[in-house]
Amino acid sequence: MKTLKTKFKRYWPLIKSLQTALLLTTGLAGYMSARCPYTTRPVVLELAGSLFLAISGSTVLNMWYDRDIDARMPRTIKRPLPAGKITPHEALIFGLIISALGVGWALTMDLLYGTVVFAGLFFDVVVYTVWLKRRTAWSIVWGGISGGMPILAGRVLGTGQLDWVGITFTIAILFWIPTHILTFSMRYHKDYRTAGVPTFPSTYGFQTTRVIIAVSSVIAAVFMGMAAYGVGMTWGYLRLMAVLSGGLLILAVSSTVRPSERVNFGLFKYASLYMLSSMLLLFA
Amino acid sequence: MKKISVLDRVLLLITGLLAAYQVAVGCNGLGTLPIASYTIGFGILLVAGLLIIILGFEVLDSPVVVIVSTVIPLSISLGLVSEHLTDFTTPYLIFAMAGFLAIVVTRYAIPPGKVATIVLAVTHGIAGILIFLLPIILSLRGDTPGGFALVGVGGALIGVGGLLLAFLKAGKPILSRDTIMTILPSLLLLMTAAFVAGFAFT
Repeated sequence: MKTLKTKFKRYWPLIKSLQTALLLTTGLAGYMSARCPYTTRPVVLELAGSLFLAISGSTVLNMWYDRDIDARMPRTIKRPLPAGKITPHEALIFGLIISALGVGWALTMDLLYGTVVFAGLFFDVVVYTVWLKRRTAWSIVWGGISGGMPILAGRVLGTGQLDWVGITFTIAILFWIPTHILTFSMRYHKDYRTAGVPTFPSTYGFQTTRVIIAVSSVIAAVFMGMAAYGVGMTWGYLRLMAVLSGGLLILAVSSTVRPSERVNFGLFKYASLYMLSSMLLLFA
Repeated sequence: MKKISVLDRVLLLITGLLAAYQVAVGCNGLGTLPIASYTIGFGILLVAGLLIIILGFEVLDSPVVVIVSTVIPLSISLGLVSEHLTDFTTPYLIFAMAGFLAIVVTRYAIPPGKVATIVLAVTHGIAGILIFLLPIILSLRGDTPGGFALVGVGGALIGVGGLLLAFLKAGKPILSRDTIMTILPSLLLLMTAAFVAGFAFT
């Protein structure tokens, strides 16, 4: 029992629990935008289980592949792999097993759902992390697409098809990702430079990055609103979503007009809160 | 400077949730203008609460705070007027817009001086008195249920908060900055709770 507890403590940081939880929430919200969670509880539990494993698996595989980068950045040097708490072989095996379990479980539930889950994992690990992350700052587009896959997967499982609402949700998350990731890469631009990872701030400069963040925030808010309208959200909740979107836009514009580390950090945090709140509104 | 504590964050989060409820549910069934007005007022309260939670009390040092703290009473008072004093809706809408523009112009377009303070005091004062007195008068006259007077209590609390912040920003604080920051989350929560409870009676 003690060994299991120790192992859990060592492995848990590999899955970036907060990020995984946020993505899992989007997947559940995508499903609940189409189906009642109470009358389909077993499906919801299976969706949560399979998505949790697939998202966690892709995160572990990212950690495994990026261990050399993580070892060069002060922000990430204490992660389990660069800190030597887990061997690369252990992490690879763990990542492959839970990824396979997650995707396999998803495929047995529904072929289309499983395909979308697999696509998310493929875009994240192979296209984003292995192929593009070290080559171009534009890799975040693919990171964004993979970030949009959980909500699409949830929606597909709920409706049984790819519909415009699901795709609109995915686009909203695709454009939300720059707000989240670019503010982060501005905050830690020295770390990324040290590790040799191309980012928008290092490639195009801070001001251009801020403008991109502002524009992508507007697009994300518009698409989120369209999708929310598409699922039949009541006017009251749409108003609330508009208010939360307004906060996001104000911070994004402030970050462009009066840039500061504080506003940038505020935008980063608010963007996460915005996404979580939007998903909770879909639950309502 | 006082750092934001966990308790402060919890109080502000509850304030935000109450404001969110008011935006999403609390003003359903009203006309377009009251809904828009309450959405702006409580929406700003919600976003401001979230920003204080994220960035701490330092966010109150921003020059935008004066504008934001005026929009809340202006929009809530506009909602009340358009809902209960329909004959005065257009004149009050003009007053609210003119007052808001005057505050922006006197704060940012010309060098700050007494004019800016007078404009702020008049606009803020009229909006605050309306939120405080109108619900109480309507309740006493029996035009609305007695509980609606709670909106007036919220109006009194928003007035207290506005005064504390306005004098602090003007460099003549009534209470020390730390004391104001200590009571602000509780004050915002009580104010929002009074508003939400009061509006629930209409």
